[in-house]
Order: sequence, then structure tokens, then C-alpha cells
Amino acid sequence: MATLTQSGRVESRYGGQAFPIELDGVTHDYGTRLALDRLSFQVGRAEIFGLLGPNGSGKTTLFRILSTLMVPTGGAARIQGYDAAREPNKVRQQTGIVFQARSVDIKLTVAENLKHQGHLYGLSGRHLKTRIDEVLSRVGLLDRARDKVETLSGGQQRRVELAKGLIHSPSVLLLDEPSTGLDPGARRDLWLYLRMLRDQEGVTVLVTTHLMEEAEHCDRLAILSEGKLVALGSPAELKSQIGGDVVTFETAGPEQAARLAEMMANRFVAGPAVLGNRVRVEREQGHRFVTEVVEAFPGAVQSVSVAKPSLEDVFIDRTGHRFWNEDQPETEPKKKGRH
Amino acid sequence: MATLATTAPRTAPVASPGVWTPAYSLWLREIVRFYRQKARVIGVIATPLLFWILLGSGFAHSFQSSQSSGSYLAYFFPGSVVMIVLFTAIFSMMSLIQDRNEGFLLSVLAAPVSRSAIVLGKVLGGATLAAIQGIIFLVFTPLVGIHPDAAAILIGIFVIVLISFELTALGFAIAWPMDSPQAFHAIVNILLLPLWMLSGALFPADRASGWLGWLMHLNPLSYGVDALRNALFPAEHTLLPLDLNLAITGGFCAVVFLASWAIVNRRTNKPAA
Repeated sequence: MATLTQSGRVESRYGGQAFPIELDGVTHDYGTRLALDRLSFQVGRAEIFGLLGPNGSGKTTLFRILSTLMVPTGGAARIQGYDAAREPNKVRQQTGIVFQARSVDIKLTVAENLKHQGHLYGLSGRHLKTRIDEVLSRVGLLDRARDKVETLSGGQQRRVELAKGLIHSPSVLLLDEPSTGLDPGARRDLWLYLRMLRDQEGVTVLVTTHLMEEAEHCDRLAILSEGKLVALGSPAELKSQIGGDVVTFETAGPEQAARLAEMMANRFVAGPAVLGNRVRVEREQGHRFVTEVVEAFPGAVQSVSVAKPSLEDVFIDRTGHRFWNEDQPETEPKKKGRH
Repeated sequence: MATLATTAPRTAPVASPGVWTPAYSLWLREIVRFYRQKARVIGVIATPLLFWILLGSGFAHSFQSSQSSGSYLAYFFPGSVVMIVLFTAIFSMMSLIQDRNEGFLLSVLAAPVSRSAIVLGKVLGGATLAAIQGIIFLVFTPLVGIHPDAAAILIGIFVIVLISFELTALGFAIAWPMDSPQAFHAIVNILLLPLWMLSGALFPADRASGWLGWLMHLNPLSYGVDALRNALFPAEHTLLPLDLNLAITGGFCAVVFLASWAIVNRRTNKPAA
């Protein structure tokens, strides 16, 4: 990471170039609720960057700010050195956006949709025509150019969305939950396209997602929770920061779990986290720890699992609560996991 | 992140789309969408015809009109034209709410297009459709015994274009902040329909009693309907002469268009769509 100087608009640079995406203390509150809390990070060129967080973590708010649809209440979001709040049109020209909701007009043909999009970005005539053919062959829809979008399958419609986002050859591509409603095959195709864009055209891609398996595909990730940045790094880096194995003990109920955690904390100094009726511990050589615990507290444990850490474990480690806490209402006050 | 700096810097070519290309594109989309939905085409032509014949015939037998050309159907004719225009304007601005809900509008707002282009394209699109249908309705003039000459037809067309623009722009200003078609309907019922009813379309303003007469004189649309009456029935008694009616209607066009423009140009900390 290049060193940053914090003064001025395009001051923070690497290799003489502004960062494709740079957040500088971005804060947003909707009146009473703080949706984003001083987010700062940079995304490098030709990087597939994931914004991972559960619903309500603030990633949609951040997406709106980056796509210039909303002005943050504090801080600055920059794309290629341009401030999204002050120079939205400059940012818009650099950015291709694929929204989660359908934005194509299903009554128009595929080509008409792209022509319209091209017009909005200042393309026209022969140049636009060539560009439409280019993006359509890239997403494999050249033979459907003259069909109305409503006759296309869901996966094909998403590809039209992608083509729409790419029509003006943006240097930064933003995608909001891109694999929503895609079957596994279409999902694989999407990631294939994104990697192609990154490798062949040097496009910087930012993807928001609430799916762990999707986040695994990213070069680097920012994990958000309740508007805060809780982790930043490549999936492998983040997982390796968790010590060894993740051991989960299942007990008969939440009280038993709390008691087990207390006993463990007294005896093994391991910083156990209670999640419903489970106790979760990060430990080197998890299988040894399992025997120790089971022998020390006979009958307290109903079942045990030992696993290599996942991104969800990273999330739990950093926030002290589960990724999907709406399924399992939290009863314990938040604990900071430590190792 | 050493790998990042190894490849050459790349930023997208910067071309400003201006106002006219995006506006043209949005305009064209309105037209294409309209004729691809056959039911809309039929509905918008047939409804006013039906209204005109049913209402006009009903009223004609219930009230004795003292208008010189006699029939109420003839009196009601300019009002029917304005009704077609109003219906089409309402329909096309409903699409604005649909665009917003579906996400199409989002992709337009996120494009480097000035908001003026959005208002212009959308309003001109709706106004074009409304005007074409209003003008088509002029074909029925012989049915009420009017045989306007070329000059009268041209003036009539001009008036229809103005009214189409003002009503579509008004619809735009109302629909822009809304996210539900139901809410828009409520406004249509309590604002736009009365606007039409009290425009002299159904009964003349100078014979309406007290407050109703006042409201009708304050209603900007009254002067549009009046201008159309000027054009089609040059001999008829009207509120104002043609040039004044045109000036008032033109002024109101400018006011509602500027209002739409101002509403769209608000930038907020709240979600744009």
C-alpha cells in the first residue's frame, strides 16, 4: 500500500495515480441511525474487491454513495481521484454500475437498451454501434441483440445489466449483490467475466455481497458490521489471522452454553464466545482441545465440531456475534473475540 | 500490493453527453414503449371518444344549451381533446413511478447526465404522445359540424402542443417525489381531474356561480381550453381573446417546467431513488 498524505483532493496516490476507489472517513447518518461510521480504505487498480456484510451493515448505503446517488453526511468517497459528492459527473464517467434491481427496460430490445445507455454516457453513432457489439459478444448475447429483454431468462437479463454497466468502458465497475437470483452456472459465468475484465482490461471491480462463498472469490475484502469496518484483507489473510482451528461445542441450551463458556474461561483462558446454545473457541490444535474440554466437563457438551476458519469465523471473531443474527436473536452482550 | 502498480494506468475516456442526446434517447424510449403496448394505444384513443359520446350525449339531452352552434357535443369537443391530453399525460408520468420502482431511473440518475436532460426527455416524450392523440381527435370535428380551415387547424395543433406540455410537466412534478402509483392516483383524483372539470371543459366559467366561477377563472387550464375554443369556434363567445389565452398558457408551461426542473435538481443526503 502506498503511503497516503491526507491533504487535498488527489493527493493520496500510488504509482503517480489516484486510487480507483478511496474512502476517507466516509460517514452517513439517516437522522437518528448511523449507517456508516468513518470508513476509510483504498481499492487498487485491477482488483476485485468485496464489500461483505449482513443486511443492515451499511453496504447498500456505501454503494449509493459510490454510485453518486447519495451525498455522505461526512468524509469523502473518491473514484479515480474525483470526489463523488463534489464532482459526480466525473465520477459517473469513470464508473459502471450494475444495480441489484433490474434497470433494463424489458419492453425494449437488448440493443435498444444498450443504445440508450450509450447515449446517456455520450456515445453515439458508429462508435456506439461497435461498442454494443463488443460488449454483447463479451457477455455472450450477440445473437439476442434484437430480442426484447422480457423474452430473456433471468441469467441473460443479468448479463444485459452487466453489458449496460460496461458500455462506456468504465475503469471502475460497481456491482450490488450481483448474483442475486442467479443459478450456480450463471453465477460461475459472472465471476468468469469479472476476472476477465480485471485481467484483460485492468478494470477495478467492487462487489457488495452478503454471501460468504461469493466473498471468497474476491482478491480483497472489507467486512462491514453496523456501519463499521471490522476487517480488511484478502480472504486467505483474514482467515489466517484466526489462530488455528475453530472449535464449536453445542450444549443443551443458552444457559448451559454460558456456564460452559465461563468454566472454560476460568480453566483454559481461551476467550470463548457464546452464540445461542453454542460455545465457539479459536484454538491451535483444536482436536486436542476438544478432548481436554470433554474430559474436564463431562456431560456438558452435546456435540463438537472442529473446522478450518471460514469468513464467517472472521466476522464472529471481529464482532462477537453471528453473521446472520436475525435468525438467532442475540441474548448475550457483545463480546470482543480475542486470541 | 506491488502487482497493482505494474500495469499501465487506465481511466475511461471522458466525453460529456450534453443535454440533447440523453434527452432524445429518453424521449425516443417513451414513444417506443408506447406503441409496443397495444392496449395503451387503444385505451387512450377509445376512452375519450367514449366519454365524449356518452357524457356529451347525456348532457345534451339534460340541459338546453344556448350556445349559438347549438349542440352540447360541440361545446364539449375542446374539453374532450384536453381530456385525452390529460389522460395521456397522466399515463406517461405514471411510467416515471414505474421507472423509479424498477430501477431504470436509478441507472439514469447514476449516468453523467444533467437532470435537465431527464426532465426534458421525459416531459417531451409524454407531451409528444399526448399531443399526437389530441391532434388525432381533431379528425372527429366534422361529427359536430365544425369544418375548421387550415389556419384554425394549425392554431388548434399549437394549442394542443402547449396544453400537452403543461399537463405532462405538471404530472412530472407531481410524480417525481412519489414511489407508489396509488399515491399518484390519489393526487390525480383530487387535483388533476378537478383541474380539468373546472377548466370550462364541461360548462362555461362565466355562467358558473360564485366561488366556482372564481376557481375556474383562477385555473390556468381554463385558458388552454379557451384557446382551443378560440381556434375551433372563432365565432363563439370565449373568456379571453386567443392571444391572451396563448400567453397565459405559455406562461404556465414555463412555470410548471421550471418547477419540475427545480424538484429534480434537489440534491439530498437521502436516497435518490
